[in-house]
Amino acid sequence: MQYTEITVRYGELSTKGKNRREFIGRLNGNVTKALREFPDLHIYPKRDRMHIALNGTNSDQVMAKLRQVFGIQNFSPSICIRKDIDTLKETAVAMMAELAPKIKTFKVNTRRSDHNFELDTNQLNLLLGDLILDHFPNLKAKMKFPDATLRVEVRQDGIYLSSETILGAGGLPVGTAGKAMLMLSGGIDSPVAGYLAMKRGVEIEMVHFFSPPYTSDRALAKAKALTAKLAPYVGTIKFIEVPFTEIQEEVKRRVPEGYLMTVQRRFMLRLATALAEKRQALAIFNGESVGQVASQTLESMVAINDVTALPVIRPVATMDKNEIIKIAENIDTFDLSILPFEDCCTIFAPPRPKTKPRLDKARFYESQLDGDVLMARALAGIKITEVHSTDDFLNTDESTIQSVL
Amino acid sequence: MIYFDNSATTKIDPQVLQTYQTVANQFWGNPSSLHHLGDQALQMLQSARQQIADLMHCQAEEIFFTSGGTEGDNWVLKGTAMAKQEFGRHIIVSSIEHPAVLNSAKQLEKLGWDVTYLPVDAHGYVHAEDVKKALRKDTVLVSVMGVNNEIGTVQPIREIAEVLKDRPTIHFHVDAVQTVGKNLFDQVLPDRVDFATFSGHKFHGPRGVGFVYIKKGRKLAPLITGGGQERNWRSGTENVPAIAAMSKAFRLVLTDEAQKAAQQMAMRQKLLTALQAMPDITIFSPTEGPAAPHILCFALSGVRGETMVHALEEHDIYLSTTSACSSRTGDESGTLKAMQVPEKLATSAVRISLDDQNTMAEVDQFLTVFPKVYQRFQHMNGRVD
Repeated sequence: MQYTEITVRYGELSTKGKNRREFIGRLNGNVTKALREFPDLHIYPKRDRMHIALNGTNSDQVMAKLRQVFGIQNFSPSICIRKDIDTLKETAVAMMAELAPKIKTFKVNTRRSDHNFELDTNQLNLLLGDLILDHFPNLKAKMKFPDATLRVEVRQDGIYLSSETILGAGGLPVGTAGKAMLMLSGGIDSPVAGYLAMKRGVEIEMVHFFSPPYTSDRALAKAKALTAKLAPYVGTIKFIEVPFTEIQEEVKRRVPEGYLMTVQRRFMLRLATALAEKRQALAIFNGESVGQVASQTLESMVAINDVTALPVIRPVATMDKNEIIKIAENIDTFDLSILPFEDCCTIFAPPRPKTKPRLDKARFYESQLDGDVLMARALAGIKITEVHSTDDFLNTDESTIQSVL
Repeated sequence: MIYFDNSATTKIDPQVLQTYQTVANQFWGNPSSLHHLGDQALQMLQSARQQIADLMHCQAEEIFFTSGGTEGDNWVLKGTAMAKQEFGRHIIVSSIEHPAVLNSAKQLEKLGWDVTYLPVDAHGYVHAEDVKKALRKDTVLVSVMGVNNEIGTVQPIREIAEVLKDRPTIHFHVDAVQTVGKNLFDQVLPDRVDFATFSGHKFHGPRGVGFVYIKKGRKLAPLITGGGQERNWRSGTENVPAIAAMSKAFRLVLTDEAQKAAQQMAMRQKLLTALQAMPDITIFSPTEGPAAPHILCFALSGVRGETMVHALEEHDIYLSTTSACSSRTGDESGTLKAMQVPEKLATSAVRISLDDQNTMAEVDQFLTVFPKVYQRFQHMNGRVD
């Protein structure tokens, strides 16, 4: 079926009162960014829904991209026709012909914003319902929970028909909830946390701690590749790599083994906070899940959280590993996450880290380090990269390889 | 030069050689090394594997690199024997297998295994009913080649697969070395096949490299143990340049495969028709049953195969006495013996083996030279004046 338009219905936006205009504006921007590769589209947001005129663009490709934009409840590909009863009948039958083999029941749902049209909604429902029953004797009309609904909208500029409603990504348009930093290690949990943050409208920037030679370039490339997997939801994501080797070595040298991890984490969170303040971010997200490892017990959280006044949001805090993995698989980050490279969390992991560190002790051990200098040096060495969804970080020799094989 | 000995080996394709050189120069790290040179080599290795898997319509984890067809055959037989001996010590092989299979079976026999050698009919075909009859409770492996290398019969693998359907735990191996680029995968690699052996130099790849398809879930004991390469199934530092080159050769040979196979079949048919018209020539290759498009085995009675090879060599035409492997030892052909061809006639056998590089013009050239050689021998044998 050659569709002419996609009708996008907003998600929770509809309940957001005065902020509505800002939300719709942001969604319009995000949709425009997500669909940038299709130059012929015409996108016009309205109060209650957004219309995307296809102008000949393949609807399947556009819909595949739309599915990843947060703030969309659902969308329907539709056909716009002349306001003429015969054309309407013809198109309705053609659309149902595609669906008929797959369904048993249907209903016709008509809306009419052009009140001067010759038939009213009831008359249109009856006309089309009868017509479909005549053409497809195996189908039955059913008002509650039909297998398919033929939507007909009579507007000023034409009649719009659609028969399919595709579920959107839900959530809120990214950016409407402000900006935050995501602490991205390279494991399974933090990309999922980032995805969930974006789903609630938060724009994220990645903070990744890089400790060469203890962590390899591959680990860094992996974190960037994970970022690229999350980029389609927003267009691009900023990736901030923070040199962490010196801090890690200093901590290792001066802090007793049981508190290595706690003090390291305090530095990470402190650095993330400093970056957030510098970059006008309002919160910090991470992939901690309560009790999963020593650094993620409530006691550890108390001892680590101490260094920041910003909200630290942990979207996967109460999820089981399996629940997290399920999301990671859905967003296609799982296979990357399990690539076996050491990251900043696994090196120097003491054999017996304190699962119940004490805040006063953590503070005390840390005071023996020259924290300000270490922090300043790390912050001076950050590198910021803009990551696109199409960037390939792991297979840098791919083109040579493909050319010889 | 007319090279009609492609079942012995093929000439390496210049593009494949280029790949070998590029990879040897630029991707020379050890894939097991952690640094980026190792990484590069690992990526090359995995991409080469993926390409072969895609062409075979299987998964990359099902492709294992070896040193060639002989290793592959040895591995499947002995690896099965080691992995499955608790379940039974009986294996079935056809009597016309490549020596790599037959001699592995004989070695196992010496170690106390029972081996059934399936007979073939007068045309060189194994029969699925014979497989059925040979099956025992303790059978753990059936090995039947896809295309016989000496006479070019395409064996009824699909029918054998059908017989083995009720015995899902039996390993089913197909030596597929002679099937590449002949448009035969559909016939010789049905789903029931668990193992298939391939060799790079039979399809314009380099020597010393091959691969084995091992169906996911099937187990073989490693034959070569060591550093744990190939997921610990086949140790030894991976021969990355040869593997990449073979992967490329595999892609090239399978491009327009149907058309290339049809062309070889047309050449074979022309040769066959001409040879059939000559008195005292016996054709061993199938004239009616399923035949590979590239192999034609025949004999001029009273002339030793070796003599025929040298006589044609004088005209810059190269072919073999049946399989190249057995020609130097002077052994008579195993396949012809199994077909119960009289020994005297079997020693006269020669084999033409074609390939996508051969042309109809070469066939025509052969058909002008061969009658002269033929006349000379017929004269010598007193069959004509």
